[in-house]
Amino acid sequence: MQSELAGRSGDLNQLYERAQQIASPNLRDKIVQKLYQESKQLCEDSVSFGKAERDKHTEKLDAIFTSPIWGFPIMIIMLGIVFYLTIAGANVPSDMIASFFGWLEGHITSLFQLMNAPDWLHGLLVLGLYRGTTWVISVMLPPMAIFFPTFALLENYGYLPRVAFNMDRVFKKVGAHGKQSLTMAMGFGCNAAAMLSSRIIESPRERMLAILTNNFVPCNGRWGTLIVLASLFMAAGYTGGAKSLVTTAVIVGIVLVGILVTFLVSWILSKTALKGVPTHYTLELPPYRRPKFWETVIRSSLQRSLSVLVRAVKVAAPAGILTWVLANVNAGDQSILLHIVHFLDPFGQMLGLDGYILMAFLVGLPANEIVLPILIMGYLSTGAMTEVDNLGDLKQIFVSHGWTWLTALNMMLFSLLHFPCGTTLVNIYKETKSAKWTFLSFIIPTAIAILVTFAVAQIARLAA
Amino acid sequence: MTDTFRIALAGNPNTGKSTLFNALTGLKQHTGNWAGKTVSLAEGTFKHRSKQYRFIDLPGTYSIFSNSADEEVARNYIVFEKPDLTLVVVDATSLERNLNLALQILEMTKNVVICINLMDEAEKRGITINERLLARRLGVPVIKLSARNRAGIPLLLDTIDRIVSGKIACEPVQIKYDGEIEARIASLEPFVKQVVDDRISSRWIALRLLDGDESLLKELNTRLKTKEETVCNQS
Repeated sequence: MQSELAGRSGDLNQLYERAQQIASPNLRDKIVQKLYQESKQLCEDSVSFGKAERDKHTEKLDAIFTSPIWGFPIMIIMLGIVFYLTIAGANVPSDMIASFFGWLEGHITSLFQLMNAPDWLHGLLVLGLYRGTTWVISVMLPPMAIFFPTFALLENYGYLPRVAFNMDRVFKKVGAHGKQSLTMAMGFGCNAAAMLSSRIIESPRERMLAILTNNFVPCNGRWGTLIVLASLFMAAGYTGGAKSLVTTAVIVGIVLVGILVTFLVSWILSKTALKGVPTHYTLELPPYRRPKFWETVIRSSLQRSLSVLVRAVKVAAPAGILTWVLANVNAGDQSILLHIVHFLDPFGQMLGLDGYILMAFLVGLPANEIVLPILIMGYLSTGAMTEVDNLGDLKQIFVSHGWTWLTALNMMLFSLLHFPCGTTLVNIYKETKSAKWTFLSFIIPTAIAILVTFAVAQIARLAA
Repeated sequence: MTDTFRIALAGNPNTGKSTLFNALTGLKQHTGNWAGKTVSLAEGTFKHRSKQYRFIDLPGTYSIFSNSADEEVARNYIVFEKPDLTLVVVDATSLERNLNLALQILEMTKNVVICINLMDEAEKRGITINERLLARRLGVPVIKLSARNRAGIPLLLDTIDRIVSGKIACEPVQIKYDGEIEARIASLEPFVKQVVDDRISSRWIALRLLDGDESLLKELNTRLKTKEETVCNQS
């Protein structure tokens, strides 16, 4: 019986080999071509168009939005407008929320004193937990409340598929699948979710490219960091509208760097570890529709902004406590936190960063949202305990720890390029079922982040 | 006694496939999870002229070259689970692109009805379609629908009834490829017939093997094995 079984499936494999021997390499193209010809012929014979032949509105807009000349500039301008609205609009509410939480903190502290609570409890709950979570809220909520609805409006209007269409050309040139532009767009929201969306890519090779490079677009966990650092350090000499404009330009630049790195890494991988030719596919461009404005705004604010925030707070709370414990438990003559910081510092300095920043990225592995709060807590735990009521105070903390524009730029670059967050890594493992590829998706971005920040630091120091 | 016939729904995404599915089955549906796949298929039942039907909503795909997980699920269902009838739902407003999938399905299975859906939208745009000519050329019934207004559904049900009771015979058109490919198919087909049972189109298998469809090969290998194992167990 066993041999008969083997015989049958053996026959099939032999048959397959025989088929492959006589098959020509462009057979698939011929099949597809023939299918298209047949469909076309059938339609020419059986379908007739009346007066209202085409959707003129959509065609006209597509001629502009997906034009080879105007497509990309328009895309960059759109991106710029979204960021400008986000940055210019978020400043004031961010400050307001921060000062509200600062005011509340004072009262909570008095309450603790009133109850004669021990210092360590106050430290743990107020300086660790409370500060960590309120910082995440005041820094992230206003930008998200503007960014997500604006983005959702563009999406519902039908512009995002056009972005994918424009990107498709470039992705094909670098040997990746056009649908990678869709997973990349998803990555701007959340890299972990984009890992699941990579399922739409058929070939395992191209899917792996999409997975390995998705991290190079900033997810909403990193928008906060980028926006805060850019507005604090990059537009220092400007005020008012010009300040927001410069900040916007810097962030658009950072995003473009991320996209460039995506293309570059895809290209290198498709020439080396993941060799192959991109496969063809159909990308559907739906007609432009006027979105239901308020419904879109409310839905995206509630669903996206709130869910991201809840997630951030969930991770920020334990991380805040952990950071406080690390900073306040001594091993030998100094705290555990300082041991880590001093250990990492030489390497950090080489990259134009410092030990605190690297520590924040490491402790922030579970979620990018908490990197900045951890960093601030780290700095505060060693310096004088100042109250942080507004963004200006925040800049003082950074500057007193030796920050320059270079530190800020390199932290932005490192945030853009470094290893994916823990959730994303877990999803990569679930999707690829391979420890090797999960490890590669950790090590490739990290190596690039180190290389780029190192190069920028060295160049800047030489030029100075 | 009532017979139960299985009817699969295939089609491109956004063609109103699910609208048709809902129109046909109403609330009598549940989501079935198919062994070994995380992709789930919705199933629903419907009774018409004392015949019991089970509708299976396949994932929406642009082609059925079985490259992605959804395409594989759709292909495996049509080829190996052998529904009594496959409805291919196409979008009247972009018929040309949709017919690609229809032509591919006609190569795989015999009993097919092409449902041209979204006719209301097409009429608004001044598109007219000669469905008789299409039916003649494709060798299977072609029916115009507007699933969302339930227009054309009685005719569809009537056609389904006549096909499963053998009153209409489907003779799906087989695309003639260029001479070279046809010669290769012809040289391979006799061997395919020896290995694969005759309820699966040997011409289609030969074509897929020539195209280097490894996922189909794998599927065939496991399907043949399980089949023989059942035979062995019985003997």
